[in-house]
Amino acid sequence: MSDLNLDKLPGGFKGMSEDIGSDQTTFKGVNWGKAMMWIFLLSDTFVFSCFLIAYMKVRASVTEPWPYPSEVFGLEVFGVPVPLLLIAIMTFVLITSSGTMALAVKYGYEKNRKMCGLFVLLTAIGGLTFVGMQAFEWSKLIFHDGVRPWENPFGAEQFGAFFFMITGFHGTHVSIGVIFLFIFARKVYRGDFDTGRRGYFTTMKSDYVAIEILGLYWHFVDLVWVFIFAFFYLW
Amino acid sequence: MADTQKKEQTTTHKIGIYLWIWALLFVLSFFSYMVDWYNFQGLLRWSLILFFMFLKAGLIMAFFMHLFWERYALVNVLLWPMTAIACFVGLMVAEGKYTVFSRLFYFFVGGA
Repeated sequence: MSDLNLDKLPGGFKGMSEDIGSDQTTFKGVNWGKAMMWIFLLSDTFVFSCFLIAYMKVRASVTEPWPYPSEVFGLEVFGVPVPLLLIAIMTFVLITSSGTMALAVKYGYEKNRKMCGLFVLLTAIGGLTFVGMQAFEWSKLIFHDGVRPWENPFGAEQFGAFFFMITGFHGTHVSIGVIFLFIFARKVYRGDFDTGRRGYFTTMKSDYVAIEILGLYWHFVDLVWVFIFAFFYLW
Repeated sequence: MADTQKKEQTTTHKIGIYLWIWALLFVLSFFSYMVDWYNFQGLLRWSLILFFMFLKAGLIMAFFMHLFWERYALVNVLLWPMTAIACFVGLMVAEGKYTVFSRLFYFFVGGA
């Protein structure tokens, strides 16, 4: 495997058929952990798709009017109602953290320990901010507006169930991501990826490719938010 | 370590491309927020929402998740199952229309 040179392999669909028919590794030049993360993300895509499709189907078939998200998620700033203000800020925070993660992956490629660790830490802080704002959003809807999974004052009763299910599942992903980002920021700073120190749980040698895999997960979380933002908040 | 380094073929890209994509994502998010701000309705609203959504998703997947630089074997394994989701969406749109039709019919016209 060490003499594998991807530049010499044919690209495009011809390359794909040769890769699959090579009787060897199908995903050439792809670390196994990265391939497995992609497979996991694909399955997660299906889970989120099922939630969003169920939401679409219910929203399309209720006879009561669906709550108008622009007003439900609006905030008052100095007495002036601003639609979707918190959601817009959350979106920008998550995109910011996605950008810092992309830079962390880039510095990981370059084996730049300090910059990589710094950007992983910044990403973690961005994710934490997002989760904090989501907690604020939930508490406002639950305690102030009285939204419940079975009823809400705005319109169709199904709204609460889908809101808590979809944003809750996404928030869980963000929270898990934040935990891993903090763990990996520490691992990067400690130099685990330079010395190849063995992981506590996995006992496998650490490598900067772990940052790329973590980055895939984090970008996926951002990707899901793009869809939730469009379908749940803007629609 | 030397072996894994070679195996992964870690190609590094210039920082400029990440910053450009990052800026583009901000601009696109701002535009999609503006769709709500100016309160566009109907066909214009959801076509703009979908356009910005797919553009953002495409940029994230292609450049932040590096799919643009991956070999087709991986790209196709990931993207083709999405067509199954698209079919599912189509099925459920039809199903939703049928459900709301039968609800309205039996709620307001009544069954035999």
